[in-house]
Amino acid sequence: MMTLISIVEIVISVLLVVLAFLAINSKSLIKSVMFLSSLSMLAVIGFVLMKAPDVAVTEAVIGSGLVTSLFVFTLLAVRKVGKKI
Amino acid sequence: MLQYAAIVLLMLGLYGLLTQRNIIKIIISLNILEIGLNLFIVSVGFVDGGLAPIFTSVNNSSNLVFVDPLPQALVLTAIVIGVGTTALGLALAKNIYQKYGTFEIDEMGEE
Amino acid sequence: MKNFLALVFTLFLGFMIITALSNNEAFPKYGEADVSTRVSQKYLDRSVNGNPGEIIFREATNLESGPANTVTAIVADYRSFDTLGEVTVLFISSLGVALLLGSTKQRRMELDFHPNFMLKVGSRALFGIILMTGIYISIHGHLTPGGGFPGGTMIASSMLLLYLADDEFRAKIKGFKILESAAGSAYVIIGLLGLLIGSYFLENLLNNGVLGYLFSAGMIPIIYVLIGLKVGSEISGVIDNFLTEESV
Repeated sequence: MMTLISIVEIVISVLLVVLAFLAINSKSLIKSVMFLSSLSMLAVIGFVLMKAPDVAVTEAVIGSGLVTSLFVFTLLAVRKVGKKI
Repeated sequence: MLQYAAIVLLMLGLYGLLTQRNIIKIIISLNILEIGLNLFIVSVGFVDGGLAPIFTSVNNSSNLVFVDPLPQALVLTAIVIGVGTTALGLALAKNIYQKYGTFEIDEMGEE
Repeated sequence: MKNFLALVFTLFLGFMIITALSNNEAFPKYGEADVSTRVSQKYLDRSVNGNPGEIIFREATNLESGPANTVTAIVADYRSFDTLGEVTVLFISSLGVALLLGSTKQRRMELDFHPNFMLKVGSRALFGIILMTGIYISIHGHLTPGGGFPGGTMIASSMLLLYLADDEFRAKIKGFKILESAAGSAYVIIGLLGLLIGSYFLENLLNNGVLGYLFSAGMIPIIYVLIGLKVGSEISGVIDNFLTEESV
């Protein structure tokens, strides 16, 4: 617990596990999709901490721009956004 | 510490894949499983105090200590294949809703 | 009962992974990997076929593999057959989406809300900036992190912005399909040229240049531009298929 980097690493690890548990056990579908999007953003910070810039750029563009928008377009076609399924 | 978080993400994704009843939740659990797996593979090649594997004008010789670049190249391919799988799964889910009217796999009767 | 069995199975799998991580040859402790005993040391020194020497930025000429970014050298030069497999998987997935969701006459999906006029005009300015960033990252794949795959997805993100901001916008899908097929075939034809003229499939035929210049690393910038165009037009086609429905 000495340096700033190890404190950031522990906080990111705990947040990753909590967000994944919330994404699986939540009642409405649109909340699960938003938790998945923020989980992907925290994984980008994890990749930067492990000194992998190529993987971080690829995961940032794909996780935020593409997968989230595909999920939202599927739920929009169903028209039950926000209600209990 | 990040390696243990990746293993817990793997376990959570697998548990969601085995027990959930909604098709969208199954695809979300598959995505969580893939994020955990990619984090685990990159963490096998990490060296404490190493540099990112690019030659720049600051790190300009090959006698320095670099991080392992081979797991990063394999994970680059795996992320893109995960996107392809998710897109095809969501197209199937949209067609299932138009035919049966629901996303739960218990309520899809015989047509 | 099924939940309990799934929990037991998952805990057993986690226990097995953590036991396999206890400091043996394949999985060393986290952060203490020894790179000099792995094959990656040969990729970092560019000495897979022998001739090791020291590599200095902006001075070493005509190395075995030209890019300054080692991950690009692995993806596009040493293991370029795996990249061909990845391009094939993306092609099959986009073909599947087009077969499932397409029809002969299509129109934009009818929604309840409509964006207003300022959004439609203001998004045109942002579209140019995102497109140029995507092209920059795709061209400089051998010097900075990135490459063909994130660059192509950024080009598709600029098209996604235009789809979201305007209610009746549809891109020219015929042109995208022709561009995607042409870029994918050009990649395979370059590989076959390596087999005919050189000595093996997907050989780097041009000179490798000085490490760190823009015009270096042989054919690798050309291959990354082709991959960027292919991925960008493919994903734009997928987004268009998700947002349209059959018109009567």
